[in-house]
Amino acid sequence: MKKLRLGRFALPLYSVIALVYLLIPIVYTIAFSFNNSQGRTNTIWQGFTLDKWMNVCARPDVCASVGTSLLISTVSTLVATVLGTAVAIALVRYSFKGRSLVSLSLFLPMATPEVVMGAGLAALFFNLNFGQGYLTVILAHIMFCLSFVVVTVKARVQTLDPVLEEAGADLYASPRQVFWRITFPLLLPGIVSGALLSFVLSFDDFIITYFNAGGALVTFPMFIYVAAAKGVPAEVNVIASMVFLLALVIVIGTQVASNIRQKRLNTLK
Amino acid sequence: MALAGFSSAAPKPQAASALKSGRFVWVLLLPGLLYLAMFFMVPLVSLLITSVMTPDPSGAYGIYNYGFDLSAYQHVVVDYLPQIGRSFLYAFAATVIALLISYPLAYFVGIRLRSRPLIQKLTLTLVIAPFFISFLLRTIAWKQLFADNAPAMTFVRDLFHLDNTFHFLGTPGAVVWGLVYNFIPFMTLPLYTSLERLDLRLLEAAGDLYATPAAVFRRVTLPLTMPGVISGTLLTFIPITGDYVNASRDFLGASDTSMIGNMVQADYLQNSDYPAASALSAVLMAVILIIVGIYVKRTGTEDLL
Amino acid sequence: MKEFVPAGADLELRGIRKEFPGFTAIENLDLHIPAGEFFALLGPSGCGKTTTLRIIAGLDQPTQGQVLIGGEDVTLTKPHERPVNTVFQSYALFPHMSILENVAFGLRRKNVSEPLAKAKAALEMVELGHIGERRPMQLSGGQQQRVALARALVNRPSLLLLDEPLGALDLKLRRQMQIELKAIQMEVGLTFLHVTHDQEEAMDMADTVAVMNHGRIEQLGAPESLYERPKTAFVSKFLGQSNLFVGEVSDSSTESLSIEVAGNRISVPKARAEKQQGKIAIGVRPEKVEFHRTAPTANSALNILGPGTIKDIRFTGVSNQYLIDIPDVGHITVFAQNIGISPVIELGEQVWISFKVEHAFGLQDLPVGDEE
Repeated sequence: MKKLRLGRFALPLYSVIALVYLLIPIVYTIAFSFNNSQGRTNTIWQGFTLDKWMNVCARPDVCASVGTSLLISTVSTLVATVLGTAVAIALVRYSFKGRSLVSLSLFLPMATPEVVMGAGLAALFFNLNFGQGYLTVILAHIMFCLSFVVVTVKARVQTLDPVLEEAGADLYASPRQVFWRITFPLLLPGIVSGALLSFVLSFDDFIITYFNAGGALVTFPMFIYVAAAKGVPAEVNVIASMVFLLALVIVIGTQVASNIRQKRLNTLK
Repeated sequence: MALAGFSSAAPKPQAASALKSGRFVWVLLLPGLLYLAMFFMVPLVSLLITSVMTPDPSGAYGIYNYGFDLSAYQHVVVDYLPQIGRSFLYAFAATVIALLISYPLAYFVGIRLRSRPLIQKLTLTLVIAPFFISFLLRTIAWKQLFADNAPAMTFVRDLFHLDNTFHFLGTPGAVVWGLVYNFIPFMTLPLYTSLERLDLRLLEAAGDLYATPAAVFRRVTLPLTMPGVISGTLLTFIPITGDYVNASRDFLGASDTSMIGNMVQADYLQNSDYPAASALSAVLMAVILIIVGIYVKRTGTEDLL
Repeated sequence: MKEFVPAGADLELRGIRKEFPGFTAIENLDLHIPAGEFFALLGPSGCGKTTTLRIIAGLDQPTQGQVLIGGEDVTLTKPHERPVNTVFQSYALFPHMSILENVAFGLRRKNVSEPLAKAKAALEMVELGHIGERRPMQLSGGQQQRVALARALVNRPSLLLLDEPLGALDLKLRRQMQIELKAIQMEVGLTFLHVTHDQEEAMDMADTVAVMNHGRIEQLGAPESLYERPKTAFVSKFLGQSNLFVGEVSDSSTESLSIEVAGNRISVPKARAEKQQGKIAIGVRPEKVEFHRTAPTANSALNILGPGTIKDIRFTGVSNQYLIDIPDVGHITVFAQNIGISPVIELGEQVWISFKVEHAFGLQDLPVGDEE
């Protein structure tokens, strides 16, 4: 009997340890955003300060790189989401020849190492005489975000009962009206998930961006990479912490909100 | 498959007769597919073409001409053999360790927490929270935590009575540690998706039929979650083989832990040795295509996405 | 967009055929439903009734044939352009809209004036006017079913299609809804096409019933005529129960014809016999059969069989059901209304059965297993 009782706690205990392990670098990064670091490096604790949070853009190159990343990620996400949603709907709702090939083609970019994609795209752009810069980076980002949007939206489309769209047509809605008034609103949570995923992947991307950015363009990850050799300024930690907290709040917020909404619906029955 | 973990409900299978047909489907498919053809397939072809280019007769640095010269492949396979071997070795080690770490965690969240959906979702969020901070910063954090003079290292040295030459940073161990950490979400999410959908009544039935907990796991849980294990393994192993950040000298590695990715980066961006970089990429891609091919042959393409 | 038709329109299906890869769902269907009628399409699962409904609604295209509504050929018309509305089996209420918006949906698409007011009136007609702001998820099955009905009816369609709409409801609620549906149909004068596998429901509500099997309509008519005079073995077994006797026509007069079964003469009036030569099947409903403890006197107006033994007695509240085994003939089922006479017959007793010749019916085919 004693063995059984210990056994019940082993798994939760392990999970707590595993979660702590997962969160160590996060805590470290956030903690060091409050470090009163003087000079280039931010490796030794020199006292707590809110300075870096207050003056995030004291180092203009840090904020510039964030601005660049935001622009690139927003544009890439928009395009990837539109293209990816269309493909996801087609995959779930339609029958067509070459389905296997299409699935494989969408899967491969997720399984291809970034060095290969980065080098390949750089070679392509070189052969096409596209100068490296915003255009090449955005084109690259759309490419690797596309498959992830498809996977996320596809899961949502599969939960959508086709009879709802038939009911719409039965109630005099033209195909376009069916899409905008029934399909799209019901798919929206999945589309937003896909867009968020795409944004995070794009914002965080380093390898592919590095290969295709050229000399003048610096994204936030590129800034960090170059700074890693010399010393990463605390402002970088601040920005990363902000992004982290924002993402966490959004994700947890939506989960708690839907939980409350679910509870309220159940009590009204 | 992997990222269905982001969706809020399990997908329902659709009746085959409900599928629409017609030509409109190509309006939906072609923009995305053409985009992939242009910016994924063509670059791969570009790599192949570049890998067989010949150096310019003038001997000018970084200039190459179209040709058919396989010497880059010869050079890459022979001279970079250590890196190639190391990449697959580290990837294998990191994947196995990630699997061993992730499975119990995914089991806990996907099965034990099923009775409390809100806590389940929140815990899952914590598992993927590392995703929300740039992986460069995550790796830098470990680098600083394992720095030779860091408090943690001093503590370990004192604990095991080791001398000052003991270091962790720059060893294969540190590289694998970093790889494991950075790719755990890729392993955990497919596992979680599989486990979350597992019908618990099957486990109860097995118990009812006199199976011990160990037997239930070996004979019911594990086989039924094998699809998640396989897709998690693929999504972890394959990208690791091409990683170079963890192994780089600026992060967790040293010059003797370099992987395929480090060589591709060095050759492409620093040495302008485009044929070598492309050839190495092509070799890596070929191995990956073989692995994916074997997987697809056994389980088909239905569950890929 | 077409104008609303104030009352129902008639429906005509000509030569409808529907093939799917691998099998044919509908072979050759001809159907005419007059305007304002409550019509039931009855059949077992897989008989093609839902496919027929979808073809009428425009959600599927027939491989061959035409669909005419109010005399107009709508075979090629898209579903959103047909004056037809459907109440789906799963209700198909839009989860992201309130009940009121669900009901107003069709009105808004047709740009009808004051959609919300009309929607509210429709909801009041089904006694749900007070919960218009709720979401479908918050409603019980019965309430959802009524909303689905209101959502379809509010558009005053020429033809209302109902796809087994009462299937998910419990017995008491189903009975209640059957009465309400019939009342609404008669009040508004629309044409209703109700698809179901529940034969009691069909007979109760419909003016005309069509029994469908394997993609064909086997028999069509008023519920009583279908019940009292089934024409095929399938209809005789699917609609209620039947006792069937098979034999060669041995004797024929101006009024009736007879077959011989194990030495017993079974007669049927010629007017009620579909097939009058060769091997035929004659049937009778169990409630029309009596049993006797002694052999009844021979009578040209009665069919008498026996002796046989009581094999099984079942008490179902309303009636007692007896299963009687007559050697060389088979098992006969008899329903005796439970009117207070305590069972004097016990298992194993020997009895004779009789039924009036005028209650017999002759089928046009033979039951499965008895064919040549």
